[in-house]
Amino acid sequence: MTSTLTLSRLTRRFDAVEALRDVSLSLEAGQRVALLGHNGAGKSTLMKIVLGLIPADDGSISVCGAAPGSAAARAQVAYLPENVAFHPALTGEEQLAHYLALRGDSAKKAMGFLERVGLGHAAKRRIDSYSKGMRQRVGLAQTLIGQPRLLVLDEPTSGLDPVSRRDFYDLLDGLAAEGTAILLSSHVLTEVEARTDNILILSKGSLVAEGTLTDLRARAALPVNFVIRPAPGRLQALQSAFPDAVAGADGLLRLYCHQSEKLFNMRRTAALGADVADFDVLPPSLEDVYSHFSRRDGQ
Amino acid sequence: MNRVLSTALAEFRIAFRNRWISIATGMMVLFALVLAFAGAAPTGDVSVDRLSVTVASLTSLAVYLVPLLALLMSFDAVAGEVERGSLPLLLTYPVSRPQILLGKLLAHLAILALAVTLGYGAAALVAVWSDPAAIAGIESLWRLIWTSILLGATFLGAGYALSALARRPSGAAGFAIALWLLAVVLYDLALLALIVSDGGGELTTQILPIALMANPADAFRVFNLSASQTVAVAGGIGGAADAIPLWQSAASLLGWPLVALGLASATFRKVTP
Repeated sequence: MTSTLTLSRLTRRFDAVEALRDVSLSLEAGQRVALLGHNGAGKSTLMKIVLGLIPADDGSISVCGAAPGSAAARAQVAYLPENVAFHPALTGEEQLAHYLALRGDSAKKAMGFLERVGLGHAAKRRIDSYSKGMRQRVGLAQTLIGQPRLLVLDEPTSGLDPVSRRDFYDLLDGLAAEGTAILLSSHVLTEVEARTDNILILSKGSLVAEGTLTDLRARAALPVNFVIRPAPGRLQALQSAFPDAVAGADGLLRLYCHQSEKLFNMRRTAALGADVADFDVLPPSLEDVYSHFSRRDGQ
Repeated sequence: MNRVLSTALAEFRIAFRNRWISIATGMMVLFALVLAFAGAAPTGDVSVDRLSVTVASLTSLAVYLVPLLALLMSFDAVAGEVERGSLPLLLTYPVSRPQILLGKLLAHLAILALAVTLGYGAAALVAVWSDPAAIAGIESLWRLIWTSILLGATFLGAGYALSALARRPSGAAGFAIALWLLAVVLYDLALLALIVSDGGGELTTQILPIALMANPADAFRVFNLSASQTVAVAGGIGGAADAIPLWQSAASLLGWPLVALGLASATFRKVTP
């Protein structure tokens, strides 16, 4: 099976700055991939090249088997830009009817698409009366037109409340199950963690890490954090048992250890019996993993 | 075609809600009526019908107003999309840039056609109402309407080109006003200065016809005045209309919209979202 999207050694320069350097990746049908990176890491540039809005300086790219920006590619790709904007004088329904017509679809379906994103009640109102979250939903609705094979979403959940975010990811799951490949960027790492198959980390234009969260955690080999709550009056005893641990002002002991020492330390903690009131083992978060990879190359 | 029509429909709605349709129509009707009443005086002196005289006055009005309306409607076309941030999304749709421009052009031309038809129509009603024989001039009225639409198309195209060139609405507005002043006001002043200083010599007879045909607004005026044989009632630059064959002004009127839209398409192609 051919990939929905293939990038090979893509490079793009803006004057002297390399916005993207040697980026290669591929997206299969039904795959949900998150693109992470600081502001200016090259996420939006990468997306604009995939959409054919700007050309690459070097490297090759294939979108649904066609050149980016070609009529064949545009017919199969949907995009949600960061800070999506529409003409304020049109109503939500009119705007969506226009987008449907541009995709060669019936303008009469506009209401159905607005209802899918929970905007049916506001369809007849002008977009200048919409909140940011509502405009974002109009943006989402237009990406659903015509069953695209590739969705490119730049910060799709910005401006959405938590419930809307969950609904949005449910919509994405449905599309992915039908074979749509999804490339999205986000700053909200927790939702990316739960709702995507693969993670790509861009730093200063280079792809510094790629894989599932489990892969990335293992590769980063970040320390596991033990948080131990001593039984009343037993802090001193615990400190002598764990000389490496640091006692915090909150009365908790914190111990950082390598992944491979995790079970050993758990047994040690358990052996202390009644001296320990409670303990938690915190694996490195996606934030930690992300900082690890984006900093390693960035500095 | 559906994509072009849908773009035109959306633009028409936007223009309607932004009051452009009422502003354009109101402006044309108001000025045309003022001219129709003010222009009633010279009727007795000339051998043409009352409506043709009104049309001659309307021609002088249209030379200024039609380009102005066209530029006012078009300067935001590309720059507005860039500033709002709606252009990148639009360009990822399976619609070509010429199709987008064509859709906007259709909507703006429809508004212009509505405005000039109602405006000139109101003036014509006044003329025919005061003198039923004036209906003989209906042909020159019809000619004025379709040539106004062609003149409008030229300046709409120029407005789109400037809009794409400026990429910001404020800059595009400045360019549009500058073009209007240059092409419609200063150009004729320069030609008048040429005639006066040359005193009807070789320079005037050689350069003036070419200079008039090179400017779409002058070509519009010359064509309407010589076609309706009302050169006698028009003053200034229009007086030169007799020296120019009709086919030349017609070719200029028809050619300019194509040139302007070609330029618009070429500059829009260069806009990177």
